[in-house]
Amino acid sequence: MTISNSNSPIARREALQDRLEQLTRMVEIRAVEERIQKLFAEGHVRGSTHLANGQEAVSVGIARSIDPDDIVTCTYRGHGHALALGVTPAAVLGEICGRVIGCAGGLGGSMHLVEPSVGLLPTAAIIGAGLPIACGAAMAARARGNDRIAVSIFGDGSANIGAFHESLNFAAIRKLPVVFVCENNLYGEYTRIQLSTPVEDIAVRAGSYNMPSDIVDGQDSDKVAEAMAKAVARARRGEGPTLVEMKTYRYSGHSRSDPATYRPAGELDAWLKRDPIDILANRLVGENVLAEGGLDKLKADVRDAVEAATAEVLESPGPALDEIMSHVGAYSAGGDQRWNFWSK
Amino acid sequence: MAKIWIRQAVLRALDDAMKDDPTVIMMGEDIAAAGGPFKVTEGLLAAHGPDRVIDTPISEMAFMGAAVGAAVCGMKPVVEMMFIEFIGVALDQLTTQAATMRYLSRGQLTAPLVVRASAGAGQGFGCQHSQMLDHWFRGTPGLKVAVTSNARTTYGLLRSAIEDPDPVVILEPRILYAEREEYEFDSSYRIPLGKAEIVRAGTDATIVTCGSMVRVALAAAESSKANIEVIDLLTLWPWDRKTVAESVGRTGRLVTLEEAPAGSGWGGDVVSHIAVEKFGSLKAPPHRITLPDAPVPYNGTLEARFLPSPAYVAEQVEALVSTNKSPAPWWRTAA
Ligand SMILES: Cc1ncc(C[n+]2csc(CCOP(=O)(O)OP(=O)(O)O)c2C)c(N)n1
Ligand SMILES: [Mg+2]
Repeated sequence: MTISNSNSPIARREALQDRLEQLTRMVEIRAVEERIQKLFAEGHVRGSTHLANGQEAVSVGIARSIDPDDIVTCTYRGHGHALALGVTPAAVLGEICGRVIGCAGGLGGSMHLVEPSVGLLPTAAIIGAGLPIACGAAMAARARGNDRIAVSIFGDGSANIGAFHESLNFAAIRKLPVVFVCENNLYGEYTRIQLSTPVEDIAVRAGSYNMPSDIVDGQDSDKVAEAMAKAVARARRGEGPTLVEMKTYRYSGHSRSDPATYRPAGELDAWLKRDPIDILANRLVGENVLAEGGLDKLKADVRDAVEAATAEVLESPGPALDEIMSHVGAYSAGGDQRWNFWSK
Repeated sequence: MAKIWIRQAVLRALDDAMKDDPTVIMMGEDIAAAGGPFKVTEGLLAAHGPDRVIDTPISEMAFMGAAVGAAVCGMKPVVEMMFIEFIGVALDQLTTQAATMRYLSRGQLTAPLVVRASAGAGQGFGCQHSQMLDHWFRGTPGLKVAVTSNARTTYGLLRSAIEDPDPVVILEPRILYAEREEYEFDSSYRIPLGKAEIVRAGTDATIVTCGSMVRVALAAAESSKANIEVIDLLTLWPWDRKTVAESVGRTGRLVTLEEAPAGSGWGGDVVSHIAVEKFGSLKAPPHRITLPDAPVPYNGTLEARFLPSPAYVAEQVEALVSTNKSPAPWWRTAA
């Protein structure tokens, strides 16, 4: 618990090597998403927001398998990934509430989380946008002579956009150190995958690009981490990209205005029976890392911590009006303060 | 008169067009079974069937391009871009293919499709979901571009766009969808593309505007000491030079009010044309009220500052009228 309360994204990231911390982080993601839902109802959140409760094992499984100076691109459904990578609950909640304490100073909002110190590029609100960017980050790593890799996280629906196919082909032909992670949660917005995509497994598409792929139980963070470790090692060895498909499920609708009435009855309940938090908690009891019944206490502690972060956020002011004009270019107020990846 | 949601005007225009013309088809993401992310296509699937109201994968390039091909071969496709930014991944098909179809075939072929999209800021959707982007299309010869401003103009422009012989982009300010106003539908009602409307008469200055800024201009005019004429430009390309020039001839002052970055907004073209044509009748320099050249901020206070408000517009126009000098925008002083 002390570790989750750290204000340093790097420290939070490194803490993920600890078994209990892996569970704690998943519980934290769930609690933050639930708090966001409430903050919306309380009028603190504008626009839209895309929750990822149910997909926590994917986030934590990825984050524990890569280094803080590996690069990650992901989407608007990125709160969980940001938290797993190390962004603090206050920085995530603060961004979503448009406060200075937010990771983009309140200028970005729910769909645009960012934290260069743990490799997270601004999450994109345009489908497919992150895949080519990950290819470029991987090119830069190679050009600069290090063994860093890039991970691009996107949804099942994103496998039908040109950028997906172009990026897989590009990465394969250039043997780029990229791991493409498809979170297959069965829906793209209000449309079930079968209605938009003629294959059940997105992973098969890797075959067209002569790229290895993997299909993973995305509700089990250890399985996610195991598959990631393989793909990451391959990328670091210079053997090229892998497409890893995580079978998972979002418990909520697509965005805050979506009651998800298009889902067949019983589907959500079936997935709830394989809740990623319960799966890891049970395993940790077996490993003697978590006391029998310890999950409830953990959840309560995390809820308190998230509540404290929320209080801090709600006390944080909004950005100053001058921020509208700053950081548009290096010529703007704020100047050139760019992050230097891999400088240290 | 009945009060309707403005989004119902979109729905009604699409429904009527599909009833009147069997070649009208619709494509977009979640427009059919789900009735549209903004509920502007609710019921169309049931009324017209899955061959005409088509849910697409998240493949804008494919369905935008399919619209081009279908249009060339006799259909009237209406494509929905949920947020106008999404056309970024499909731009070639519209701005490079559809726009040149007639030109390259020396008039033998055309791609009379309609792209309609929600657009604009004001609701906290952040910088990748809040732009108007009309300059992307206005800058492309071969395309027409229009912006809706209320239930009547939504219906009238959409019906005309669908009947137009060339590709048309219709931008629908998203912030207006959930506004209610009195409007009686008339299925024969059209607003010709290329025609502006004087929506308020005045003598001191002409505000030329469009989209959600029309109501801002009207509110500014109501509250202002100056006697302001307001023109809803409606079609941004080709635009109604005659109506604007005549109005400025009467008032002697031109103000453009644009939900667009200063550096690329349509007002630059309006100002340069009027400055040349009406040079002799101008009492003050033409004045543009625009957005700053910066992305749309998420935070609500900042977004409210970012967008011209009625008070700011009134203040700017009053300064212009009383000094005959162009007042500075807020952001230079803030920087
Ligand atoms: C180019 C583009 N088209 C459409 C959208 C609208 N949109 C946002 S999320 C989404 C569904 C994406 O589904 P999926 O890739 O499965 O990701 P999930 O939301 O399930 O995580 C759509 C269509 C967009 N943001 N960008
Ligand atoms: Mg999905």
